[in-house]
Amino acid sequence: MPYGINETMGQYSELFMLLAAGTYTVAFIAFAWDLAKSSKALRAVDLKAAQAEEAARVPVGAAAGIRGESDLAGPADRAERPSSSTSRGAGAGGAATADADMRYAAERRAPARVAVALTVLGALIHGAGVVTRALGAGRVPWGNMYEFLTTGAFVAVAVFLLVLVRRDLRFLGTFVVGLTIIMLVAASVAYWTPVGHLVPALQSYWLIIHVSIAVLSSALFTLTFAMSALQLVQSHREKTVAAGGTDKLGFMRLVPSALSLENLSYRINAIAFIGWTFTLMFGAIWAEKAWGRFWGWDTKEVWTFVIWVVYAGYLHARATRGWTGTRAAWLSIVGYLCVIFNFTIVNQFFNGLHSYSGL
Amino acid sequence: MSERVNVKKKSAPSGGIRVSEAKADAALPTLGPKEMLRWAWTQLTSMRTALFLLLLLAVAAVPGSLFPQRPANPAVVTQYIKDNPDYGQLLDSLQLYDVYSSAWFSAIYLLLFISLIGCVVPRAIAHYKAMRSQPPRTPQRLSRLPEYGTLVIPAHAGIPASDAIHGAARLLKKRGYRVEVRDDDGARPSLGAERGFLKEVGNLVFHTSLIGVLVSVAAGGLFGYSGQRILVEGDTFVNTLVGYDQFNPGTNFQSGQLQPYSVQLDKFDITFDRESEGKFGQPIDFSAAVTTKENPDAPARQETLKVNDPITLGGTSIYLTGNGYAPVVTIRDGAGNVAMQGPVVAKLQGDNYYSSVVIKVPDAKPDQLGFAGFFLPTAFVTDEGVSFSGDPELFNPQLTLNSYYGDLGLDEGSPQNVFELDVQDLTPLNARNLDAGGITLAPGSSYTLPDGKGTISFDGVKRYIGVDIHHNPGQLYALIFALLAVAGLILSLYVNRRRVWVRTGTHGDGRTMVEYGLLARGEDHRLAGEAAALRKLLAAEWQLSQDEPAHASSPTTPAGPSGPEKDQ
Repeated sequence: MPYGINETMGQYSELFMLLAAGTYTVAFIAFAWDLAKSSKALRAVDLKAAQAEEAARVPVGAAAGIRGESDLAGPADRAERPSSSTSRGAGAGGAATADADMRYAAERRAPARVAVALTVLGALIHGAGVVTRALGAGRVPWGNMYEFLTTGAFVAVAVFLLVLVRRDLRFLGTFVVGLTIIMLVAASVAYWTPVGHLVPALQSYWLIIHVSIAVLSSALFTLTFAMSALQLVQSHREKTVAAGGTDKLGFMRLVPSALSLENLSYRINAIAFIGWTFTLMFGAIWAEKAWGRFWGWDTKEVWTFVIWVVYAGYLHARATRGWTGTRAAWLSIVGYLCVIFNFTIVNQFFNGLHSYSGL
Repeated sequence: MSERVNVKKKSAPSGGIRVSEAKADAALPTLGPKEMLRWAWTQLTSMRTALFLLLLLAVAAVPGSLFPQRPANPAVVTQYIKDNPDYGQLLDSLQLYDVYSSAWFSAIYLLLFISLIGCVVPRAIAHYKAMRSQPPRTPQRLSRLPEYGTLVIPAHAGIPASDAIHGAARLLKKRGYRVEVRDDDGARPSLGAERGFLKEVGNLVFHTSLIGVLVSVAAGGLFGYSGQRILVEGDTFVNTLVGYDQFNPGTNFQSGQLQPYSVQLDKFDITFDRESEGKFGQPIDFSAAVTTKENPDAPARQETLKVNDPITLGGTSIYLTGNGYAPVVTIRDGAGNVAMQGPVVAKLQGDNYYSSVVIKVPDAKPDQLGFAGFFLPTAFVTDEGVSFSGDPELFNPQLTLNSYYGDLGLDEGSPQNVFELDVQDLTPLNARNLDAGGITLAPGSSYTLPDGKGTISFDGVKRYIGVDIHHNPGQLYALIFALLAVAGLILSLYVNRRRVWVRTGTHGDGRTMVEYGLLARGEDHRLAGEAAALRKLLAAEWQLSQDEPAHASSPTTPAGPSGPEKDQ
């Protein structure tokens, strides 16, 4: 039997969600400020470095005095494909500023630090909101669209912050935090549902396993979607700069090279793909328990399968000549659009056995 | 399937376009049937085709979510075709209501699996050979490898080149490499080492397991069966063909497969949400108490059947999939005899168990009787006279019926839907627009039909459940293959196949020079880390201080990727 409902807890939860959304909004502004400010600063630094290089005709290391980070940042063509590294001449230096490894540089970016601190604060409040929601309902906080959105947004932020510990992905901050705000607002405005019991169909420990892995994989796909989108912009920009064109996308200096974006997003996508495989499998096992068949081409099953196939295609594309780089990035983006479609349109407008999970 | 492509990659940059142009020029005029087949096979098993088919499969799966599907709900499909006369038939001829068994969907996945087999088999053979052969010969210039480094053992250490190579071999073996030492008596002894064969094994297991999953699903369709049955409290289901309300046998089903077990529904309980305002009255627990027998002579067992918690019996699983109310009625005909007595399954129509009721009484004399109407567990009537159910529980149960007499058409033998009453050939007795009015009954009350046609009494209400019975011999194998596939996937993504070569030589001044190079096969972002780890191990082996300036790569960033260093 389900535990009792605690409405007060539910109200606290909603308050926390609201506060979290507010904090994220400030964090978002800070991230945007960082993009604007740092790209300006970086451009100035690059300009100086370039001048110094011109004057002294010494390698990039000479800029160390100014930037104090060159041995961490490394030469621009580091980890580049062998074929392309040779083609990148002086022009490339103007395009790539950010660290290809996405490790933290010694240089301090005050707005970014503020933004991250605010995001951490927001995530703490958000986490409290998720926990109080769970306490209020006496169960895992993912039983309807409102809870998928609020908990999913929390997982997306948490994954982002966790990755931040190891890698400097702060350039993704505006995207991740922005998306989180959208999710929280959508949850509160369009999908608000009071705390309640689960319908019997959802009362299964598979709900805990299947949905949590799905949400976690989706959070990872969110990161790679952002990286793939940036990769497309960056590769366009790199081409423009290499061809001697003017660099209109100055803020992209903060973003690593297209290739390093591609490499990291591949690694994250590989993890997320395994997660999605488990989502599919555990979903099938649960379907067998609940409906008597492990696969029945229900709309939700169809789209979960489509997503799996698209990301499988992505992994294969990375190993297919002519499909790496831009095309693979497009596949990653298409895959994520399918994830979004599956979560929003399919849940709401398509009739299927998963319909109860909605509103 | 990275490797095959990597091979291509290596040969390509020299002039991929020219090569393919030449191929096209040379191949076109001489294509006989045999060459044509070979060409088709090469195309089909190529990576690009596989990728194309994979993406096509994703696209082809989508229509199945846009249009109603026959296997899931044939009635909805029929209705959809009726509702869309202009294109409904066209979609049907394109098999868009049977997407997953359609010719085009099957063609895509069968081609994909043929392509997969055509890829897996040669690769499995190649990998088997690779696993049995020695690591490749030591390259002339190790410095060309993506990871390269040198170490210098000082003369006073007294480690000659051959000892050094054996030391390195020992270390690499310990680290899981398969090692072959070459030329250890010569001036430049070297070793080749390789590890991570499990990567390709995982890759092959993953793809082979997918075939296994497909075969298991097919086997389930051949030898499995499923069926539905509605059980009113007190009813017993016996697992024989006549016991089912609806039965869907697999292609190879034989009725001898059915084990004659029995399930009796003793009691069905529902808990409704009385706490939260937004979901007041929503069911939060379904629980069916049943008595089961493995076979007619077996001892009876008490079990509980719940949603998400099926009962396993006689090789089948029994699922709780639906429920509702079954008002119990007694109908006497014009002669005063009981023509029908028992529960009538009411079909759910709306909120709060608002259900439709159809009663057919073929045994009534002199005229057959028919009733159609609604059952409401908690009846409310609005001022406009619209009745609705205010709660799912039996607070104010009410049966409202129209009645008819005449020939029900049951004697002709053509099957009828028990939930629908065809009133075309019947004469109405009771209806709201007739003088006699409609019939409204509360439990315990009865009503006498006009013209002495008989009486109907509403004796009480029982609950019923709908159960699905499934037998799928393929699903266990599907699960096993799926688990194998995941294991293979993880191996193929996270085991790294690496090759290491070490070469040593003694310098004129007695120092022993060691150079090593690493090469990854496939994606490997940790190759630099491995190089650093090996360097550390080798340095410890020969007690070299870590910051020996043997090599230009900066020791401060040991984990950093290589690239520029290799040319220095």
